[in-house]
Amino acid sequence: MHVIKKLTLLLAWGAALPALAGSDKLLLTGGVTQLEGAAGGGLTPWAVIAGYGTRDQIGANAFYTGVWSQDYGLATGGIAVGLWDRLELSYARQRFNTREVGGALGLGNGFAFNQDVFGVKLRVLGNAVLDQDSWLPQIAIGVQHKRNDQGAVLRAIGAKDDHGTDFYVSATKLFLAQSVLANATLRQTKANQLGILGFGGDKRDGYSTQFETSLAYLVRKDLAVGVEYRSKPDNLKIAREDDWYDFFVAYQPIKNVSVTLAYAHLGNIVIKDNQRAPYLSLQVGF
Amino acid sequence: MKTRHFITLVATCAAMVLPTAGHAEPDLSTFQAFGEKPGLVKIMDDFMLRLLADPRTRPFFEKADQTRVKAQLVDQICAALEGPCTYGGAPMGPLHAGLGIREADFNALVEDLQKAMDAQGVPFRAQNKLLAKLAPMHREIITR
Repeated sequence: MHVIKKLTLLLAWGAALPALAGSDKLLLTGGVTQLEGAAGGGLTPWAVIAGYGTRDQIGANAFYTGVWSQDYGLATGGIAVGLWDRLELSYARQRFNTREVGGALGLGNGFAFNQDVFGVKLRVLGNAVLDQDSWLPQIAIGVQHKRNDQGAVLRAIGAKDDHGTDFYVSATKLFLAQSVLANATLRQTKANQLGILGFGGDKRDGYSTQFETSLAYLVRKDLAVGVEYRSKPDNLKIAREDDWYDFFVAYQPIKNVSVTLAYAHLGNIVIKDNQRAPYLSLQVGF
Repeated sequence: MKTRHFITLVATCAAMVLPTAGHAEPDLSTFQAFGEKPGLVKIMDDFMLRLLADPRTRPFFEKADQTRVKAQLVDQICAALEGPCTYGGAPMGPLHAGLGIREADFNALVEDLQKAMDAQGVPFRAQNKLLAKLAPMHREIITR
């Protein structure tokens, strides 16, 4: 009896899921996944909600991103769930490989910092895609809580903490008649190099406001090209931290899959200056 | 004095650059990219077939007077692209009030329209110009 009840419940769920599972947003309007796991561009969150769910649906994404500069590697994987095109919950794990720099610093070749990022984003107002008769963008607020696993090393290099929380507000607008998408994000953060080098530092220990922006041109229904910029704090005495920018191409061969290729300028990272990195990101979702 | 000169200069430049409201010639380039009215007729014929073939949109169109809907769509889009047509149908709100259209249904229709425009070779930028004019109708069309 009990088993039958459970089975019925399961079947009901199975029947309800396709109705609830969204894949009905328009192509490329869900963005891709940024380095910390939020729906957005490559470097910065957008005000869009992850996945292809509409206001009646639930969507989800999984992603993997690799960034390889001359001296470092950053691998990030994660998932994001979008609820009713209103709320986004995300998790990402970043692994920053110091390769030979780790050896030079006495940490050992291939020493890695791992960081978990838990994200929540709430769409506050607007519809970036459909409200084409208004200048009002889609606006969202978000939080990214980050936990780094190398507390002792981080303190040794001058960081004040191994965990921290970023707060941001994003405004995104699709100018459809011009085939252009624009985003601006303001972030309150203490994170050094996304938090990979900890939070706060011996040069400065406090929140600062950073500006991030993306500009994309839609070439085809399934193809966008653009540029991004992300300003960063500079909290550590040990090494200057630079702003980041990139050029990207995002391609969506089918609705459930997107591939983003970028070339990122990352500036100085610890003892290595002028880091430039190809960036490859794959995303699957519904 | 210098400031006043500057203001005059700016005003003159603005007058030269900004279109004069109301009296400008309509920009027919997008309408032409759609193949004008004959092009729109072809696109709407194909669009209706796609709407009827798509299980997401079929329920909203299978019982409708499809010939009439197509003709009204041609006029509506022709007018939206500043072509020489007048849309004589009912306003969007009352027309869709009882249909219980969700955002997913609306987006499904947009996807089918994009496919129909692709099939007729309408350039992507011209497609987006039309969609930008139609998208705000979501407020009157999506009712649940």
